[in-house]
Amino acid sequence: MGRVAPDPLLNTYAKDDMESRDPIIRLFNVSKRFGKHYALKNITMDVDAGEFIFVTGSSGAGKSTLMKMIYLADRASQGQIIVDGMNLDRISHDRIPFLRRSIGVIFQDFKLIPNRTVFSNVALVLEAAGEKPARIKKRVMQVLETTGMADKVNAFPLSLSGGEQQRVAVARAVVGNPKIILADEPTGSLDSEAAQAVLDFLMQYHDKGATILIVSHNMQLISSTVRGRSISLADGSLVGTARML
Amino acid sequence: MFHYFKRAVLDILSNRFLNVITIVTIALSILVVSTFVLFFENISRVIDSWNQGFRIVAYLGEGFTPSMLPSLTAKIQAMDGTGDVRFIPKEEGLELLKQEMKNRSAFLETLAENPLPHALEIRMKRSGLEWDEITAFAKAVEQLPQVADVEYGQRWLGRFLSLFNLFRVTGYAMSSLFFMIALFITANTVRLALYSRRQEVEIMRLVGATDRFIITPFYIQGLIQGTLGGMVGLSILLITFLAISFNLDESVASYMLFDIQFLSVKYWVIIILGSSFLGWLGCYLSLKQFLKY
Repeated sequence: MGRVAPDPLLNTYAKDDMESRDPIIRLFNVSKRFGKHYALKNITMDVDAGEFIFVTGSSGAGKSTLMKMIYLADRASQGQIIVDGMNLDRISHDRIPFLRRSIGVIFQDFKLIPNRTVFSNVALVLEAAGEKPARIKKRVMQVLETTGMADKVNAFPLSLSGGEQQRVAVARAVVGNPKIILADEPTGSLDSEAAQAVLDFLMQYHDKGATILIVSHNMQLISSTVRGRSISLADGSLVGTARML
Repeated sequence: MFHYFKRAVLDILSNRFLNVITIVTIALSILVVSTFVLFFENISRVIDSWNQGFRIVAYLGEGFTPSMLPSLTAKIQAMDGTGDVRFIPKEEGLELLKQEMKNRSAFLETLAENPLPHALEIRMKRSGLEWDEITAFAKAVEQLPQVADVEYGQRWLGRFLSLFNLFRVTGYAMSSLFFMIALFITANTVRLALYSRRQEVEIMRLVGATDRFIITPFYIQGLIQGTLGGMVGLSILLITFLAISFNLDESVASYMLFDIQFLSVKYWVIIILGSSFLGWLGCYLSLKQFLKY
């Protein structure tokens, strides 16, 4: 499954599993500093391709900062991050869009464009990748049907409920078939039913081979998910990992 | 490209007020610039027509005799720029004067003898001569021993050309000023559009959009604004020109001695292209700053 180094006590998963897959995300001594304050301190960890990981911790633990550095919304102050073979410390400005196309991000605040329809919000990813209109239409409709939003295709985000907006955000994250999905508190503002629906969808996507990282402090939701492992952060440091049973 | 064009048009429609302000500003700037161009094109045409048939009259001295005419004409013909040379005997000169003075020519009958000298009317061959060249030519003619004086409207024409040059400099200055104003407003419109859509631009970036994908619609928008502004500005000028032309009293028109024409197709194309470039440049200046972040 995955590895967390250097603390050997954190490695609670089977060694044979560890050797069976290649890491798709690698962090070496990664720190992020804002002035004198460290948001992350010396994080070293690997995430193997196809893993399902919960990143937990209290507010200010550094969970969202960790996510942002993986999709390069922010840069590490120290250390190196390698995502899908790309060293983020050395990546050129021109290559950043290609990195982001290999990652689907689900934001806590959805980040939908208010003056675009549901279809247009989801299609944006494929348009940016230069896909042909016919393929865009087919793929977007396919994903919206899977997420149960096909009947809202012409609706604008502000006319949707929080749960519906999050489903559109999930559709946008997966429409480009990314290898990695990063979800930052994807269920934070949803009721339990809507939260479970989003989680179920992400698990389905994981079953197809994607690597999923979910930032959450919803312990009830995490404990109901019988797969993957969870990583705990506290004050910017990696403090524990556990396999979900 | 169709996708970018569609997005640019949708952006213009969704920010109508801002875009209308930009197009009107560009149109007004183009109107000012093209008015100057219209003025200069017509004046240049008139000056060209004057130059083409530019006439210098050389008054011959008392020592001149008709036997000297062939050698004198040959000397003048040998000068660069000389067209036709015609001898006007003093008798013919007096007749011409009488015809020009019409009713006021009665006093000429009382003259005991013809006071006018023999003269040569010299027409210049080349068009587009500079004032300095005309003056130099006239002085060379004046240097000839048989020539007593030359007349070529040196006073009023010199003043007119100085005034024309002053207008030309003013025109350049005003055009530059309005170009800068239009450029500044276009750049600011794009900046405001970017600012109002910074969240959208940020989301685009996060989902993997390249800079090119983000900025191309803005460039197209700038080109559309510039082109439309240029067309509106020229249309206003054309409508004003036609309205003035149709309402101009015939007697006033006859005083003007030449036919005022609207801008040639060459200038239409130059002005529209310049206006499009203005829109593009405004975008470029804003986006250059934007891409730094």
